[in-house]
Amino acid sequence: MTKDEALFEFLIRLGDNGLVLAQRLGEWCGHAHQLESDIALTNVALDNLGQARMALSEAGKVEGKGRTEDDLAFHRTEMEYRNNLLLEQENGDFAQTITRQFLFDVFQYELLMGLKSSSSEFLQSFAVKSLKEVSYHRSLSSDWMVRLGDGTDLSHEKMQDALNLLWQYTGELFEKTEADKVLIEAGLAPDLEKLKGNWENIVEEVLKKATLEIPDTKGFMATGSRRGEHTEFLGYILAEMQYLPRTMPEAKW
Amino acid sequence: MTEEADIYELLEEVKDPEIPVLSVVDLGIIRKVEFITPSKLKVTITPTYSGCPAMDTIEREITEILAGKGFDVNVVTSISEAWTTDWISEKGRKNLEEYGIAPPAEATTDKSFITGSSKSVRCPRCKSEQTSLISQFGSTACKALYKCDSCHETFDYFKCI
Repeated sequence: MTKDEALFEFLIRLGDNGLVLAQRLGEWCGHAHQLESDIALTNVALDNLGQARMALSEAGKVEGKGRTEDDLAFHRTEMEYRNNLLLEQENGDFAQTITRQFLFDVFQYELLMGLKSSSSEFLQSFAVKSLKEVSYHRSLSSDWMVRLGDGTDLSHEKMQDALNLLWQYTGELFEKTEADKVLIEAGLAPDLEKLKGNWENIVEEVLKKATLEIPDTKGFMATGSRRGEHTEFLGYILAEMQYLPRTMPEAKW
Repeated sequence: MTEEADIYELLEEVKDPEIPVLSVVDLGIIRKVEFITPSKLKVTITPTYSGCPAMDTIEREITEILAGKGFDVNVVTSISEAWTTDWISEKGRKNLEEYGIAPPAEATTDKSFITGSSKSVRCPRCKSEQTSLISQFGSTACKALYKCDSCHETFDYFKCI
């Protein structure tokens, strides 16, 4: 695997994570329990969409086949998507959305911190830019984890349920492929395994304040996205997102 | 002969479409103006937020205004260095406050703004320092929502990044 092929895979992961999460969060528009949360979730969606656009545009350049961000977003099937399984999981209730967001925000923050010293100029500036935004996302989701986890009996129960459901998708965030070896060697991206310690520390600290318990999955963790094997949800997300450009490929606005 | 400073003056006319009292120059998103030839310009801009939906409009307006003065303009977007609220001009800050949006309260080197222990944000209406945060996310990506504990009005705060 060449350096460019590895970098392409990495940029696609970054872009797809942002895109799929933005799509999920966008579903909340007009539906949250209060205006402030509605606006916050859609703002987070917008930041993620912006980051996804940058990553996918760069992926197209690195690939060198003339594909644009739109080609990559709208004309790939779910088997070609490389977003983590966690991000395609359903919004469920607000507890589930916030828990998904929190588990990802802490990961994304650590990943971006690592990318600040990437040998790729693009990844470096991408990281510096995105960190400003992700810091706010992480602070929003952490606050809600504590507020609802350490809230009423009902909110606590909903948060614990969400954590029990989503925890199995966290192992995959740190999974490495052939590409990672190339990326680490070239100093392009951090070793994902080495991010895990910090991620665990922060997650545990917040969950403790939130009086929530890490579920015992008996060692089981879902896996698949690195090979394009997704849960059933991604197909539905893409069907909705890609409908227009697939039906009318020349559509412009 | 037209100089860089003249171009900046022309660009004062291009406003942030979401905050019409703020020119793109005041906002600090014009990063570089280069003369390729005396009539050919390259203007480098940077987005405030990654997903800022105003960038296309801003780019178009820059091109239109300068083309109107006979320039052939190429607008390029660069994310390095990353935009910071520190780049908003003094005039911009003043205009923001008069418009009803509290300007960013501190330099971003002070990281306390993320932990919530930030300096007080002054109410743009009654100038009271007794204000509290309602939500870190407001009507646009760059704003947070505050309320004034003195005059009880809610207001937008241009948050530090």
